Amino acid sequence: MDLKTLWFVLITVLFIGFFFLEGFDYGVGMLMPFLGKRDEERRAILNTIGPFWDGNEVWMITAGGALFASFPQWYATLFSGFYIPLVLMLLALIFRGVGFEFRSKEESEGWRNTWDWLIWLGSLLPALLWGVAIANIVRGVPIDANMNYTGGFFNLLNPYALLGGITFVVLFLMHGATYLALKLTNGLEKQAKQIASRMWVATLVVAVVFLVYSYPEVLSKAQYLGISLVFLGIAVVALLADGYFLKQGDMLKAFWAGGVTILGVTAGFFAALYPNVMPSSTNPAYSLTIYNASASPTTLKIMTMVALVLVPIVLVYQGWTYYTFRQRISTKDEMTY
Amino acid sequence: MNPLVLARWQFAILTIIHFFFVPLTLGISILLAIMETAYVRTGKEVYRDAVKFWSKVFLINFALGVVSGIVQEFQFGLNWSEYARFMGDIFGAPLAVEALLAFYLESTFVGVWIFGWDKLSPKVHATVLWLTAIGSNLSAIWILIANSFMQRPTGYTMGEHGVIMKNFAEVATNTNVLYQFPHVFFAGMTTAAFVVIGLSAYLYLIKRGDKAMLDLSVRWATIYGLIGVILVMTVGHFQGQFLVREQPSKMAAAEALWHSEQPAHFSFFAIPDEQTQTNRLDIRVPALLSYLSYGDFHSKVEGIDEVQKKMEAKYGPGDYIPPVGVTYWSFRLMVYSGGLMLLLLLYLWYLNSKGISMAEKPWFAKLMVWSILLPYLASSTGWMMAEIGRQPWVVYGLLKTKDGVSPASVVSGGEVLFSLLSLGVVYIVLTYVGVKLVVKHLHAAPAQTPAAAD
Repeated sequence: MDLKTLWFVLITVLFIGFFFLEGFDYGVGMLMPFLGKRDEERRAILNTIGPFWDGNEVWMITAGGALFASFPQWYATLFSGFYIPLVLMLLALIFRGVGFEFRSKEESEGWRNTWDWLIWLGSLLPALLWGVAIANIVRGVPIDANMNYTGGFFNLLNPYALLGGITFVVLFLMHGATYLALKLTNGLEKQAKQIASRMWVATLVVAVVFLVYSYPEVLSKAQYLGISLVFLGIAVVALLADGYFLKQGDMLKAFWAGGVTILGVTAGFFAALYPNVMPSSTNPAYSLTIYNASASPTTLKIMTMVALVLVPIVLVYQGWTYYTFRQRISTKDEMTY
Repeated sequence: MNPLVLARWQFAILTIIHFFFVPLTLGISILLAIMETAYVRTGKEVYRDAVKFWSKVFLINFALGVVSGIVQEFQFGLNWSEYARFMGDIFGAPLAVEALLAFYLESTFVGVWIFGWDKLSPKVHATVLWLTAIGSNLSAIWILIANSFMQRPTGYTMGEHGVIMKNFAEVATNTNVLYQFPHVFFAGMTTAAFVVIGLSAYLYLIKRGDKAMLDLSVRWATIYGLIGVILVMTVGHFQGQFLVREQPSKMAAAEALWHSEQPAHFSFFAIPDEQTQTNRLDIRVPALLSYLSYGDFHSKVEGIDEVQKKMEAKYGPGDYIPPVGVTYWSFRLMVYSGGLMLLLLLYLWYLNSKGISMAEKPWFAKLMVWSILLPYLASSTGWMMAEIGRQPWVVYGLLKTKDGVSPASVVSGGEVLFSLLSLGVVYIVLTYVGVKLVVKHLHAAPAQTPAAAD
């Protein structure tokens, strides 16, 4: 495998880590004001991701940083082009992150309610907008000969991309609800399980429509359709298994099945993209590819060494944190958030 | 609406506000780690009380630093896509290393630390705080390595899109960062000290908080701050000498030295006039600038006129001098607030050594509350000098700022204005809310009983 392909794979891996971990974080944030009726319930819900969300969010930061290092032209085109959605997402993430830290530091109901809904919005928007962004990337957007995006804001809100956004939202709701079923108690875990089952149905419906819609929009143009279909197949099987485990009430297996679904979807669409990184709908010759968008061999070599040493270490210590805080959160616990 | 002007304002405002939070995180994470280590070693509750009390301030600040830091990561794409294309091969790598090596470390372990008081043994819990503090300071190293390339490009060749990495070790050990990182690190220690001392002073004034814990915090922070402020000034002095050689345009503007002089005077207070290229009301000391720049009283220091001529010869016609008034005054405000901080800490050290508490000197306690602003003034003006003083370049000698901005056909002035206003307002509001929460935390401290207060 040449270095450019290796980095395409590593970027995919970082996005899988990001969507897997932030997927349930965003899901928890979106469910919190609904599942949590009383204040201590909402606090318990937030505290299930309390020790983890910040470390999870670094997966997104790292995906962004690694994109800059390995494919600078991709980074430049993507984030200058998808300007308004990115700004909205940053605003959302600001409110979400600050909300976790601030919401329980004042007693007043108005204060806490305000932050709860900001956390809700701060979780919904990134989920939706990353779905919209990924769908637009794989579908192709207007890009000129100088690698600049020329489509404007509203061009990004096409039906296919919006459906991609909704797919992410329902998938993350399911993933988050399953996570909460594993982490809560006092009866809240049963409600979470119910939501997970309902969201599974929603995900199945939306995902099937999205996959079918993806054929003419994306998959029919894929250069490596076989690999893409293998991963999408894994996603479908995992989603069906998820439904079976939910029915059995085996929430841990359901959680992992949901995770594999996220992995399969992400890998499947990135595979459909390869070797492009941002296809141009204006003229295929203007597309950004792993060849014309990548960093120099020297930079890629250094980044490879850095990533191959550090990513496993990160996985070990992040794994340790999940082990340390493996207990369920009760509404009667002393709350930090 | 000129997107370039708006993009520059946006970067300046968001980065300065982001850097309100960074130095405190850098400094206070280590101070608290030292205190928690003392708790583990001695088992004395007062150390743990101090850590727990200041951790609230640390974490409010940390959260604001994290969320404003996410924006920084994407700024180079948003408004500066041409810069990203030109610099990506060099700039992306330290940024990615920063994320992989430092952000994961600090963000993962800060969560463990917040939630782990009852879950971990005291030893492991203190270790976790050390890992957080190391992560934060490692992130400073790597972002400053990236910034140092912009100040002093090294280890590169020119390629089709822009700079190409030639020698990563050379990029990572840029002489500039060997000055810049210690400067920022010691500034962090100083900031943490002034925040802890200033907030303690506030508590003495409102007669709240555990007295033993406050006395301890003030004593430790005084020493910590003295080390910080003395070393930040020492490093700063050598950094200045380095910049005289490496970025003469920045230093000539920072000294408002319009014409070369031998020996060169040092200006204490001047009102530079860029129209006439003279200083009004110049209070000066003969030959001192020669000494500060080269360590002797007779060396020649290049003035603005000579630097401009040399740079024209090298880079072609153009204006190579940064805004003189802003650069001159940001430099002076940084240095003067540094000097003032040194004096305040020396006096406080004297009081401590005599066993006199700030509670007995309300005027000084009030002064120390307001002095919390000094390190923030010094950090902000320090960055203004570093970044404005580098103009018209964004990458010194290689890329001008005006050539780094996203093309107007991709990012319109209206879009930049939208992000500037929305993010700017949110930053300001959240900073205000953060300060309010800190003040609330102080007022929630238990009242001092009359017996304990004297």
